[in-house]
Order: sequence, then structure tokens, then C-alpha cells
Amino acid sequence: MPAPRSTTKVRTHPLGDTALLAELGTRVDTALNTRAIALAAALKKRRDVRQAIAGYASVTVHFDPDQTTHAALTTAIRRLASKRPPMSEPGRLHRIPVVYDGPDMEAVAAVLGLPAAMIAEIHTRPIYRVFLVGFVPGWGYLGPLPEELELPRREVPRTKVPAGSVAIAARQTGIYPLATPGGWHLIGRTSVKLFLPDSDPPCLFRAGDRVKFFAAPA
Amino acid sequence: MLRVRKPGLLTTVQDLGRPNAMSAGVPPGGAMDRFAHSAANLLAGNEEGAATLECTVSGPALVALQPCLVAITGADFDPLVNGRPAPMWTSVILGPDDQLSFAGRRSGARAYIAVAGGIAGDRWLGSFSTNLLAQRGGFHGRPLIAGDLIAVASRPARRAPGASQSAPAISRQLNRDLRPAYADHMLPAIAGPHITRLPAESRKALFGSAYTVGRDADRMGYRLEGHSLDASGDELLSFGLVAGALQVPRSGQPILLMADHQTAGGYPVVATLAGAAMPIAAQLLPGDELSFVEVSIEAALRMRAAQRAALDSLKAD
Repeated sequence: MPAPRSTTKVRTHPLGDTALLAELGTRVDTALNTRAIALAAALKKRRDVRQAIAGYASVTVHFDPDQTTHAALTTAIRRLASKRPPMSEPGRLHRIPVVYDGPDMEAVAAVLGLPAAMIAEIHTRPIYRVFLVGFVPGWGYLGPLPEELELPRREVPRTKVPAGSVAIAARQTGIYPLATPGGWHLIGRTSVKLFLPDSDPPCLFRAGDRVKFFAAPA
Repeated sequence: MLRVRKPGLLTTVQDLGRPNAMSAGVPPGGAMDRFAHSAANLLAGNEEGAATLECTVSGPALVALQPCLVAITGADFDPLVNGRPAPMWTSVILGPDDQLSFAGRRSGARAYIAVAGGIAGDRWLGSFSTNLLAQRGGFHGRPLIAGDLIAVASRPARRAPGASQSAPAISRQLNRDLRPAYADHMLPAIAGPHITRLPAESRKALFGSAYTVGRDADRMGYRLEGHSLDASGDELLSFGLVAGALQVPRSGQPILLMADHQTAGGYPVVATLAGAAMPIAAQLLPGDELSFVEVSIEAALRMRAAQRAALDSLKAD
């Protein structure tokens, strides 16, 4: 008989004097991410909360120190997190063409012991979930990346990664929307625009959306 | 209206930022030194959120085309009106054709210029702040250049002290003891979510040893150089970041996140500056030394309240 599913204990940590990090878990997991997005939405409605940003399995909460404290908010977060999250709608599906000729492809192939063509093939297999939009404008953290492609981030981040670079790190993949610093391994590039500065919200992806990559000719 | 005769090294329009855009990955932005920004606005009779000019390392030369009330705060770039020393942290009236310029940097990194009525600019995602990466907001999403005409957003929201037509021009000032202690680079910080990753020796180095601001220091953040911190452990899942967070990448050299910080990341955060320390951090330049002093949340909130009271003193009539 399966053990009854216990409610995860939410751990909170201070992020300075007016924000905290509420951790629901430490896995790349759709159910945890759905709960994080629902918790952020519930927290945003509170008067003592200025901003709530869902991460993979966490929520970063900016609060008004004149209206609440770290301890009081932690209690409120634990209560909210114990509630069953609402059923989530399937996110929009984006199909993204990728030329798999990134500057790190050879190095990644060598470390993983796989031919580049196989890396591209494995990368295009899943329908990824957009776990969160953040880091830089329009960036979506997509996952889970198949285990065969799992690598730690680069030791020293690059100071400039070209816009449109398709990258992997750990169990995640993503596309650099702008030329920015970055610590992920670059395996390809796409011409799809992810940052739409004249729209609001100014990005193609939203947390909960789905993404399918396909190989495109150079 | 003001005409830009010389732009200075990097002068941008800033306000209190766009926190609501963080969920789209857009940096919150806004003035690096919020205290100086807010004080300048209050001295000019504006709301704290009005747009100001953030002047980096060197100041601009501006010519007033109409009379206006201005206030200069933050870094000391030796401000001059028509070549004569002008006071900082004080409301100053410029007559037609008066020129505000700066002789040169004496201390700090960022000076703020507020104009009664607020600086007019492009609003992007709810804020006038210039985002240089996205090239949006503020003055057409870019730093000022010579020849630009800066408009005033509106008539002053509050009656500026000394600005009324009938009363004589009595300027208002923020007392020296109410200004941030910019020369004190011992920055109060609160232990962060991943502090327990640090071995005792690294933790001791974090709260005690001196760090130097590296060459890579801008509105996004400062790479620091000093004692290497070992925050190794399992790869973290990316989470929402805040200004003031001290990230430790695998190199072990910490990065202090500033106003245009990335909104999410997966490097361990071992400490976060007290909010009250951010104005001091905003005035640091490459080569400057700093250190971190561990404080409790309560102590940090007391410092925050003291800064709040200093700003509120400018609201009293």
C-alpha cells in the first residue's frame, strides 16, 4: 500500500530584510513547479506582499516590512502551501527551429561521449515545460532535459553569449533572448524572438508553457 | 527644460524601477542609490518616485532654458552653477541660461539630479527607468548625449520649499548627519539561503576579510575579488533573485547583484546586503574595498527605519 503523501514542509530563508525565499522542494518537477506558480499567485494578492516570483520549486517573496515580518509571512506561506493547488491548464505550445552548431557542441559531445548529431536528436525529443521566465528579459528555463545531456554549468560564465543561443545546463535547457553573460553550454541557435520589448508582458514564453525544438538546416 | 551641453560618462533617467516586470525576466532597474534619488526628489518638491538623472563617475553640463528648482545628491562630483560651487543635498534654483556642471569626482560613483516636476521620459513596463540592455525607458532607452533636451514631466507635485513665487527663495537641505555614511565600506549583510554551504573558514572570510570591487562592475552587479568562497554542493534550481544578493559562482569570487540584476539564477546566495547598505554599495567603483558585517534582520530593519526617517524629515513643512 503506498504511503499517504505528506505535505512538503516549506522552508523559508531571508533574502535581505524585505524578501525571503520559500522553498517547496529541490527537484525539477512539474507538480512542484505548478504549486510554486499557484503559491506565487496567492501571495501576490496579499497586501503585505509587494512581489512574488515563482522559481522551479520556490517562490521569492518581496514584502512590506511595515506590514509583516519574515516569521509571520513564513506562517502564512506554510498555510497557503498546504492547500491543494488549482488544476492548471495545459500551457501554449511553441515549436522552435534550432541549428545545432553551437560553439560548445564539440566540447559537450566530448564530455558526454556522444556524437553531436545524437545530442541534437536527444535535445529535440521531449516537449519541455517552461518552468519559469527570468534571469534576463524573455529567458525561459525549460526542462526537464533528458538525463543523457546532464552537465554542470560552466566553471567561469561567459561575459557575452550571442542572442538566440540554445543552451543546456544540469537538467535544464533555454534560449538566450539577448546578448548577455551566461554560464550554460551553447549547443545551437534559433532565429525565434523571445524578448518582445513592445508587448506587455514583453516575452514569448510564460511559466507553464510547453516548448518543442526541431532541427533546422544551417 | 534643460539642454545637455555635455552628457557626462553615463547619465541615465531613473526612478524606483519596474518590480512588476520581474516575472517576465526584466530587471527591476531604477536608481542604484535609492536614498540619494529619493532625497533629491523630496528636496526638489517631487514625490520620491519621480524620475531623476543618475550620473555615473562624471557629471553632465546642463543649461536651464527656464527657471527651475533642482537638487543634487549622492556622489560628490563637485557641482557648480555658472562656475561657482553649488551645495549638494540642497534645493538650488537655476535661472534662465544658468549652467549646472561638475568640476570632477571627489567621492562616490553616482550623483542624482532632480528637477521640480520630475524628469520627463518614456514609460516602459510601468517605469521611466532606462534599461540599456533592452534600450527602453527613460530618454529613448539610452544615456544622454550632447544636445538632448530634457523636459520636465509636470508641475511640481508638492509645492517645493523656496519655489513658490511669493515666498523668498529659502533653500532646504538634508543635514549631513542624516545622509548615508558613504565612506564606511563595512556593509551590513544578512546570511543568505545557502550560507550553510560555506565551510567555517569561508564563512569567516565572507564576514571579515576585505573584498575589492573588480573591473566588471556596472548597474547589473559587481564582481568582487578577494578570499575565494567554497559554496560547492549540488546544482541549485534557479530561483528569483533580489538586489543586494551575494552570489557565489563556481570560481568562488562573489558577485554582488545591483539594480539591473538578473531576475533569477542558480548560483548559491550566501548573504544579502541590508537594504540600508544598498546606497553605499551603489557608490562603489572598481578598485574600492569593502567588507561584509553580519547583522540580524531586526538590526537591518532598524537601519532601514533610520533612513526612512531621514527622508521623511524632508517631507515635513
